Amino acid sequence: MVPPPLGGEQALRLLATMWRIRLFEEQVSLLKRADQVHGLIHSSAGQEGVAAAVCSQLRDADVVYSGDRAHGHSIAKGAPLERVMAELMGRDGGLCRGLGGSMHLVDLEHGFLGATGVVGGNIPIALGSALAARLRGEDTVAVVFFGDGAVQAGHFNETVNLAALWRLPIILVCENNGFAEFTPRSAHTIVERVSDVVAPYGVERATVDGNDAVAVWDAFGRYLASARAGGGPFLLECLTHRLGGHYEGDPGTYREALDAADWQEKDPILRLQRHGIAQRWFEADRPAVLEAEAAEAVEQAVRFGRESPFPPLELIEGLVYADG
Amino acid sequence: MAHELPFIAAIDEAIRLEMERDDTVLYFGQNMATTENEPYVDAFGKDRVRVTPISETAEIGMAIGAAMAGFRPVVELYMAEFMLVAMDQVINEAPRFRAMSGGQVKVPLVLKAGFGFTAGWAGQHTGTIGALFMGVPGLKVVMPPTAADAKGLMATAIRDDNPVVYLHHYLLTLEHGEVPDGEYLVPFGKAAIRREGGDVTIVATGWTVDRALGAAERLAAEGIQAEVIDPRTLAPLDTQTILESVDKTGRLVLVDQATRHASVSTVIAGEVAEHGFSSLKAPIVQVTALDATIPYSEPLEAFVMPNEDKIVAAVQGVLGSAPVTA
Repeated sequence: MVPPPLGGEQALRLLATMWRIRLFEEQVSLLKRADQVHGLIHSSAGQEGVAAAVCSQLRDADVVYSGDRAHGHSIAKGAPLERVMAELMGRDGGLCRGLGGSMHLVDLEHGFLGATGVVGGNIPIALGSALAARLRGEDTVAVVFFGDGAVQAGHFNETVNLAALWRLPIILVCENNGFAEFTPRSAHTIVERVSDVVAPYGVERATVDGNDAVAVWDAFGRYLASARAGGGPFLLECLTHRLGGHYEGDPGTYREALDAADWQEKDPILRLQRHGIAQRWFEADRPAVLEAEAAEAVEQAVRFGRESPFPPLELIEGLVYADG
Repeated sequence: MAHELPFIAAIDEAIRLEMERDDTVLYFGQNMATTENEPYVDAFGKDRVRVTPISETAEIGMAIGAAMAGFRPVVELYMAEFMLVAMDQVINEAPRFRAMSGGQVKVPLVLKAGFGFTAGWAGQHTGTIGALFMGVPGLKVVMPPTAADAKGLMATAIRDDNPVVYLHHYLLTLEHGEVPDGEYLVPFGKAAIRREGGDVTIVATGWTVDRALGAAERLAAEGIQAEVIDPRTLAPLDTQTILESVDKTGRLVLVDQATRHASVSTVIAGEVAEHGFSSLKAPIVQVTALDATIPYSEPLEAFVMPNEDKIVAAVQGVLGSAPVTA
């Protein structure tokens, strides 16, 4: 099955999502410095192309998991911007009522089953979502995002083995930004391409330029169509670039920053804008409108977060166990 | 009506009844659907009964995902220590999801494992490690001592909406007991008073419950009446029943096969010291395994374990050290 290629309307939706993520992350960075968001924050700025091109092809019923760099994935999957922001601020209006924070975002309504703060810790959990879909005879899929650092962990390999053995409808999306936290990939493994790791299992796999939203859209769309039709598992490796450090405040002394001209070339947002204009998908002034709308939405999200109260203390005890 | 069953068959009966009752109950593990569990496949099919590779992390992780999607998986782990291979899933994923999501999801699953195989199985298959899990908010921990409880607590565990660590003692595997017919549920967080007595409270769990009852019989011959309490579930823990008993007896001996600093008894000692101090006529005494890796050699293995003699001596000690009362 060949899914529809990216066209004007979808490209504009992708751009809108990518601008929302980019400006959200930039705002979070400022708020972190002003001590208005709490705790450890990992920005996904620079990696928006993957989140948008993958999640915008999914339905609410498809389940997405992510790691610690999860803001972009949750937003792309449909989590309301203001509720993500309120969560980062630890407020009652947050997605998880302020109990999860940046590393544990969950939005059940939109099929975002969450982030984990343990690298790759929820990759095996995605197996269960895929198994559930298969047992019920549904055509929904499980998608799990993780970084290249997770691939060297046992849970990744256990998951790939079982997913391949049972042919589960799971799509593993690796965002390979070349750094496992603070350490270059070459210091952790001799295997350069993550897609090579799964080769012996016969998993359908590809490596694409993750900063090229069109390439991610096409590759993921093919796997998605196949998974809906009963295929699986799949691995999509997206080579991308983390604009900032591992966490907000990371001085990043272990790597060289891209110069501005290089980034202009690589920036997934600017690339899709240039491509869309060249393809005559939209007028040249349209992206600026999307950027302005995203800026307004982020401002609104900050207002919502600030106005939301802190959660009541009674919430804690009530959430230890599920009743009934 | 009741029937007699070995402990292990009582667990099996509960799982079968729950699988018949609720088709969202799944059962998987490393040796499922091969030989000895073949009847499960016949009864419930290969979709619901699955053999998994030796991948505890993937097995438990998968159970979490399926549980969040509305299934009730039971994972057969065989040995409690095998859960340690997958500590992230057991401690940092399964019981955290509900709280971290602000209550959006629930994770109903059962991790079934045997423990305490102190019959020459040496250092890695003999641990009484339930107390390692009882301190994790969101996890429930169950430790049945009789065949009837083994059945009733398993049924309750499967119906519970939380992750439950179900620990059955390997030395009890073939112990027979009367088991109620049909549907039988034992509530969590409700201790059983196995023997009533007014002189001393003995709290024991799992395999040590029978040791404590044996010790109580011997003490009765000396005119000492021991009350023997079995919490049955470590989390939630029924401290109320223990405090009420200590209020009556004034003396507390805690028996636990775990090493002391990772034992239920240490937790109970803390609770009673804080909330029952004014009832105590003597210091609390703990009879636990020695803080050592369980040795292979038989006399050494016996040496590190709690036993009837040690329990009798502890009770005599707390009675002897008691201040003279009117």
